[in-house]
Amino acid sequence: MASVAQRRSPGLIFFSTAFIVFWLMIATGPFIWTVWGSFKVQGDFFSKTDWRYALYGVRTITETGDAFTGNGYFGAWIQQEFWRNAFNTVIVVTFTVIISLTMGTLGGYALARSGFRYAFWLLMAALVFRAMPHITLVSGYLLPFFEWNLWGHLPTTIIVLVAINQPFTLWMLHSFFLNIPKDMDESALVDGCTRLQAFRHVIIPVMWPGVITTGLFSFLLAYNDFAVTSVLLSQENQTMVPKIASFLGTVRQQGQVMFAVAAVVSAMVPLFFLVLFFQRQIVSGLTTGAVKG
Amino acid sequence: MKHKTFFWFILPSLAAMLLFIAMPLVSVAIQSLFVEHDQVLIEVENCTPFKCESSVAVDQEATAALREERPLGQFNALGTYTNRSHLAFAEVREAWNASGSLYEFGAQLMNLPFYKALAFTITYTAVVTPFVIVLGLAIALGVNALPQLVKGPTIFCSLLPMIVTPLIGSLILFWMVDADGILGAALQRIFDDDQLSLKASHSLTWIMLIVYGIWHSAPFSFIVFYAGLQTVPQETLEAAQIDGATRWQRVRYVVVPYMTPLVVFITLMQLMDNFRVFEPIVGFSASAKATSLSWIIFNDLRGGDIQLFGSAAATSLLTILGVVVLLMPVLIRTWQEFGRKVV
Repeated sequence: MASVAQRRSPGLIFFSTAFIVFWLMIATGPFIWTVWGSFKVQGDFFSKTDWRYALYGVRTITETGDAFTGNGYFGAWIQQEFWRNAFNTVIVVTFTVIISLTMGTLGGYALARSGFRYAFWLLMAALVFRAMPHITLVSGYLLPFFEWNLWGHLPTTIIVLVAINQPFTLWMLHSFFLNIPKDMDESALVDGCTRLQAFRHVIIPVMWPGVITTGLFSFLLAYNDFAVTSVLLSQENQTMVPKIASFLGTVRQQGQVMFAVAAVVSAMVPLFFLVLFFQRQIVSGLTTGAVKG
Repeated sequence: MKHKTFFWFILPSLAAMLLFIAMPLVSVAIQSLFVEHDQVLIEVENCTPFKCESSVAVDQEATAALREERPLGQFNALGTYTNRSHLAFAEVREAWNASGSLYEFGAQLMNLPFYKALAFTITYTAVVTPFVIVLGLAIALGVNALPQLVKGPTIFCSLLPMIVTPLIGSLILFWMVDADGILGAALQRIFDDDQLSLKASHSLTWIMLIVYGIWHSAPFSFIVFYAGLQTVPQETLEAAQIDGATRWQRVRYVVVPYMTPLVVFITLMQLMDNFRVFEPIVGFSASAKATSLSWIIFNDLRGGDIQLFGSAAATSLLTILGVVVLLMPVLIRTWQEFGRKVV
């Protein structure tokens, strides 16, 4: 319980609460506004006459007869075949997460348990690789991929995303495995297990919290990526994010900006649920690196 | 762990990194020394009943065959690095000689694509990073003072700008500040100017992108600081209080020092992430007024009819050089710490 001396003055409480409310408006306002507006027609969401049109849907009522319309969603998902891109995203993200976690747990475990100097150098190299802007790497892939006919396919993109993800995954799982006491797998070794057996029977059962946290961040990287997917995927294999970018221009010409708005909101929904269910893991993941210093 | 076991455990991960991070760097370095083939020209005679004219035309077949045969292009040594779209030595020297003042020289430099992108990238990184740290700390202090019940939902809402796809986040903001969007229209009304558009002016575009950057990254530093605040020992705070420190002094002299390692961590992450700024420029369609290093590489690869591999590769290498310079203090520090450990 806070003592009398620690109690804040009403002015300070008011100020700090007002500041947080203001921040929450900035942080969530744009999302709420866009989700609401995606059910209106363009004349309302981008209203020249009065911004309140977007609230009440004045034009939406005159054009469709109802205050809410799913036209944007219909146009995006059915007419523009956005479902194909959503499907591609599911494939890319699922495989990227699974493969990078499999590689990362093995590598991270090895780095955490090896006291040799090269383990340190590998981690340092991973840190430098982590800092590379992704697009610089992409410019290195493009020509060889064209030459070997690897360009444009989903598997190519998946393996590239896995590789780009590795430095981060390694760091995170490395620091996670450091927290699992060495005695656990070493006593298994003493009992006659091989390394792999010790890993399989002792480490795997206790590693899931760390793996889930790391997996969330792999998911975010693959899902949010634009630089890699927009350059390495052909038109028909595009995932959601590059598709949104590429149909911005065409829908603007056709006067169908609402298609893009609906697509953007659709792509946002999974992220919303991700934060809703995994808030604790995301917060702990963000701070693992920090607490270690 | 034995060397051999270590090797087998790390192999998949190491192979992926070598093949898809180290090799592309080599590939970039090689590509940057080559330049696209010129088009093969042939002379064609067009004869009308009255006279024959010879004109020069592109021999599409021969050009395609040449490109097929030597996809890298022709050897150009360091020519790509010094041409107008990159370091532009000749143009810079000319501008230096021609311009009377430093300001004028700067204005001349901004006409060169590489320097224009470099200027924006550095400004963006240098402005967004400190703002993100200060704003994040302020939010963390504010949230920490909230009642326990509302902390969870507040953190949930605060995370959204960071978690959302950068391209999507920038599009959402762009639709709001665009001339017909709610904020853009409001600004037009406030300033009573129908033509006012954030996209039309250089400085407003830059400010818009920087504001987006702060909005996008503030949650990260907030979360880190918030976690750090939970570890500040109550005893020290109480001791400071008994000694008569005001609330502000307690924050300044007790909390902030505890946060210093976190500031280093956030700065490092932010420098790396902000230096690669790219998506907002696409999302805000701001490329006419502001470009970044990542954006010009992307534009070389996707922009025109012909992909300028050499040009993209040269910019990539220069960007990587920038990253190394940026990370130098950290690398040197780690190196020294490691040296001390060994000795």
